[in-house]
Amino acid sequence: MIQQNPQLDAQGRLRHFLTTEGLSRQQLTEILDLAESFATVSGKSVKKVPLLRGKTIVNLFFETSTRTRTTFELAASRLSADVQSINIATSATSKGESLLDMLHNLEAMHCDMFVVRHADSGAAHFIARHVAPHVSVINAGDGRHAHPTQAMLDAFTIRRHKGEFPALKVAIVGDILHSRVARSQIHAFNTLGVGELRVIGPKTLIPPAASSLGVRIFHDMQAGLEDVDVVIMLRLQKERMRGALLPSEGEFFQRYGLSEKKLAHAKPDAIVMHPGPINRGVEIASAVADGPQSVILDQVSNGLAIRMAVMSMVLGRQPAPLEQPTEAQP
Amino acid sequence: MNTLLIRAGRLIDPANHSDQLADLYLDNGQVVAIGSPPDGFQPSHTIDASGKWVLPGLVDLQARLREPGAKHKGSIASESAAAAASGITTLCCPPDTHPVIDSPAVAEQIRQRAAASGMARVLPIGALTQGLEGEQLASMQALHQAGCVAMSNAHRPITNTLVQRRALEYAATLGLTVLINAEDPWLAADGCVHEGPLSTRMGLSGIPECAEVIAVGRDLMLIEQTGVRAHFSQLSSARAVEMIAQAKARGLKVSADVSAHQLFLTEMDISDFNSLCHVRPPLRSQRDRDALRAALSDGVIDAICSDHQPHDRDAKLAPFPATEPGISALETLLPLTLRLVDEGVLPLSRAIAALTIEPARILGLAHGQLSVGSAADLCIVAPNIPWSVRANALHSAGKNTPFEGWELPGQVTHTLLGGEIVFQRDE
Repeated sequence: MIQQNPQLDAQGRLRHFLTTEGLSRQQLTEILDLAESFATVSGKSVKKVPLLRGKTIVNLFFETSTRTRTTFELAASRLSADVQSINIATSATSKGESLLDMLHNLEAMHCDMFVVRHADSGAAHFIARHVAPHVSVINAGDGRHAHPTQAMLDAFTIRRHKGEFPALKVAIVGDILHSRVARSQIHAFNTLGVGELRVIGPKTLIPPAASSLGVRIFHDMQAGLEDVDVVIMLRLQKERMRGALLPSEGEFFQRYGLSEKKLAHAKPDAIVMHPGPINRGVEIASAVADGPQSVILDQVSNGLAIRMAVMSMVLGRQPAPLEQPTEAQP
Repeated sequence: MNTLLIRAGRLIDPANHSDQLADLYLDNGQVVAIGSPPDGFQPSHTIDASGKWVLPGLVDLQARLREPGAKHKGSIASESAAAAASGITTLCCPPDTHPVIDSPAVAEQIRQRAAASGMARVLPIGALTQGLEGEQLASMQALHQAGCVAMSNAHRPITNTLVQRRALEYAATLGLTVLINAEDPWLAADGCVHEGPLSTRMGLSGIPECAEVIAVGRDLMLIEQTGVRAHFSQLSSARAVEMIAQAKARGLKVSADVSAHQLFLTEMDISDFNSLCHVRPPLRSQRDRDALRAALSDGVIDAICSDHQPHDRDAKLAPFPATEPGISALETLLPLTLRLVDEGVLPLSRAIAALTIEPARILGLAHGQLSVGSAADLCIVAPNIPWSVRANALHSAGKNTPFEGWELPGQVTHTLLGGEIVFQRDE
């Protein structure tokens, strides 16, 4: 059975942004190119563009994340949209019904877009399937499934520092199993044609069918980092010590933490990335995080440009309601 | 006396190795003759079954009726009526009701409600352990006397291996059959889909194949040691099937069933987070599905059940991991099984046997056959009328079917329970 990609509208344009999976290289490149034009806007003294004037964007964060939420808020306001953020304790929506009820309530307030973060994989797809036809959904992270704007800002950062993708070897290191960032990166990087994509970590943190995603798997850090252009470190959640996935943070750092010594196995001009927030001394040494090869702060500012690009592509598809011919109301 | 003639149907009765065009004579709730009428037979009513199949009423080894405890999802009355509309005359309901079927009172309550609705024989399955908690044995003797046809711990696997051994030993002492849903709860953990390429891609927690294989392995050893008569319910993996085949070859008294949806769907049907395909055990790979089909054809798997689990709308309206597993499956049981015949997976007689005499044998029931003297539980099927599954048209209170829009063969036109017409399709 052929299912239409739920992210695209009838004309094949991006209606929602739920995952990097299933989008074409052309579509992903278009996002990067548009972000490039916004990156220059952010450097100017007048930072606002009127692209989404009159649009209302609601950030629905069922999981707290100050940083991601803030960049979405900033991106929306730089595009001149009205933006409202709502943090919802997951306990209030433990039943699917109340989650849907809340969405329909918000829709009644004539929102145009929901930016959603949720602890369950598939939450953004679920919401996208149930919103009214004029409402778009951007996935700001769902469970272990996807975090597509993070992956795109990472691709953007790589392109700005290292140029075109086919010449590059990229390694993603750490807790792949629980990482929505890694999943979205893998789909995006493979579609963008990255020369070689590697994942590095212990067997307990790499999903059993990882090779089906189109990556080379390494359990040895030095071998995995050999000759790579880009090293992406993932955050290790403290709760992984429970559940018998790892013995200790110390042992993880010893084998998989990025120290200057381990980084020396990568190419001399390799860049070091991290989606944040960083656990210093757990997955990355401070000397590396703050060192000359780190582009971690660039990632943060690039996040703004990517989110502006995605929001304007998704909401900029149709003419704004004010421009549409309106029928006289009775 | 209520006498009935079912005229000129094709009688398919695998229990008697019979497949013939013949008249069927019913009297006082029993089959009294096949082919030619008994002396002085005067039918008070005649059903013309020409062009149709006359089958023994189906025996479903596992269907949740949601009563007691979850009447917002279904009731004994609503689900036994759906069974009647599906040609199912005997339903076995697992003990994970609320309260649990661990006391004769609950078993009797279920039987009384079923008798009051009069649409199907509802046979409770008793709990192996009190409250299904896997600690103390339930009163199996009393449950058996109250009408429980087998014992099971349902989807609450007994984690303590010693308790499992004692439970099987005690059931063996009483000569009771034990139904096992094999799953290692530690390996299954918080999983909601098969662990494999799909769980990896979707970031959903996986239930590995070995969760089933290890549980089957453990329990086969205990079955061998205790000599209990045991049955594995709803197998999902190729390797578990292999182990059952080996155990049977060694002469162990085990049997197995599979739910009809496992023979058609795979993990890939979840690829758009389709919560209607959220089931337990999870849909596995194409290879597993093919092995289940082959095992059915070889007789390693004896029976097909519905594993019916009707749900209210909200149960499936949430992000995938937060939805409840299960399919409203009574009404697709026979049509999906007949589709296996159309696809060349099973000969017709074997397919019908897997829904009738095989499940009856597993539980030692006299149903599932059209012998002279047996209860007149039967269904009449228009084999050549394809119909499209429409969730909203299901008789069950649960509209949760993943088969929406599937065109399936075989429409039940009449169902008789003890000689009474409990379902008749408007034609």
